[in-house]
Amino acid sequence: MSAEEILAGKRAHLELRCRILQTIRRYFIEDGFMEVQTPLRTPAPAPEPYIEAIPADAPYFLITSPELYMKRLLAAGYERIFQITPVFRRGEQGRFHHSEFTMLEWYRLYADYRTLQEDCRNLLLTVCHEEGKASGWDYQGHWLQVEGEWQHYTVREAFRRFAGWEPSSHVDQYRFDGDLVEKVEPHLGFPTPCILSDYPSSQAALARLRHDDPSVAERFELYWAGLELANGFSELTDAAEQRSRFREALQMRRQQGYVPYPLPERFLASLEDLQPCAGIALGVDRLIMLLGNAGHIDEIVPFPPGFD
Amino acid sequence: MATLTTSDLRKGLKLEIDGEPYIITDFEFSKPGKGQALYRCRLKNMITGSQFDRTYRSVDKFESADLEEQDMQFLYSQGDSFHFMNTANYEQIEMTRDQVGDATNYLTENLVVSMLFFQGRPIGINLPNFVVLKVVKSDPGIKGDTAAGATKPATMETGFVIQVPLFIEEGEVLRIDTRSGAYVERVKA
Repeated sequence: MSAEEILAGKRAHLELRCRILQTIRRYFIEDGFMEVQTPLRTPAPAPEPYIEAIPADAPYFLITSPELYMKRLLAAGYERIFQITPVFRRGEQGRFHHSEFTMLEWYRLYADYRTLQEDCRNLLLTVCHEEGKASGWDYQGHWLQVEGEWQHYTVREAFRRFAGWEPSSHVDQYRFDGDLVEKVEPHLGFPTPCILSDYPSSQAALARLRHDDPSVAERFELYWAGLELANGFSELTDAAEQRSRFREALQMRRQQGYVPYPLPERFLASLEDLQPCAGIALGVDRLIMLLGNAGHIDEIVPFPPGFD
Repeated sequence: MATLTTSDLRKGLKLEIDGEPYIITDFEFSKPGKGQALYRCRLKNMITGSQFDRTYRSVDKFESADLEEQDMQFLYSQGDSFHFMNTANYEQIEMTRDQVGDATNYLTENLVVSMLFFQGRPIGINLPNFVVLKVVKSDPGIKGDTAAGATKPATMETGFVIQVPLFIEEGEVLRIDTRSGAYVERVKA
């Protein structure tokens, strides 16, 4: 097949992408959100242990997420903001991964992760209705539907049920990630989406811990058809705590020989003014894969790696 | 031999594990958004054919398998030993019937095959996709059987028995697909 024929063959998926992007924008605008644009390059990516930023014209890196910029907007009083942006993560390449992919992020002041879970439900309902798939459809041999009760497990419940053990607050990440991928995820989100919530505190990332149970963080992931679609949390607004988590992550990065990042000082300074808030990132490509019954992420972008 | 990292892993890559050569027959990259990457591989032992699944992490390192391909000409067989000659340096090597495996069905004198060596030892033979073999025995087709696609057995010069169309006669030369063992066409002598 010629390159033109390959591209022409993707028309249905590219039109679906176009419609889903429009639906998402309309959904958030109608809900009173403001669309924002923040830089694609940053001098200080959020230090996270297993997310690698791609250097771009030193001292800059391509963003792995617009999170820090968006929270700086929140700290300045922008109450409801969303963004659809390319993000870049080094070395991620597979059926469900591209190292450049499209992220939808939205943030709410004075809200917590429960509100975000409601947002997820309303957003997916809207997208599926717009696509005429409200009553369900087949995804790669699995029946999916958005209507009806969604599954909801805490991380502890899901691991007890599917992996046969219960993660503690400082769980061994090696064992946790292995069983999450191989034993837990394959059960999540059939036929309705699934919320997996309350991650061990050692995996809080930028989430705040639960007041009533500090062994877990107010962090959740949205799964559908075994696929991780979104990660959201009640944001950590304690600057000292955030600084110490970043230092820990930077230390870990150093030990593993990764490129060092500077501490994101402007972001840390903005936390002093940040009110309670919540934010979430959703992988738009994966949502398009599900709605378009695509088995490989290459199918739903015009120019995947190797064809770029 | 080169040291490889998880970023080199892909379908078709050949690795040495516990002193044996393996090929990756299936590969999947998985990664929880905030977690560690998992590189899930199905590995096939290139000598025994046995398969197993293994999951690797970013810190894992690998040795590429010391494999080499050489064009070898089949000379003759004697009992269970098969003799080949390296077409580049004329060195001769001997393989057992077990090592040659199903390729014995297609080996005729002077046929050039691609032989795979692991650390200098022969471990397998890649045949050309098509070979030409002579029919040494085939009963005439049953008269009146005109059903389209009707076939009968024919014994080739190597002893290999395949299904051929009814019009094929003893002494004819046929093109055979070595991947499926199927008759392709008659070759004019």
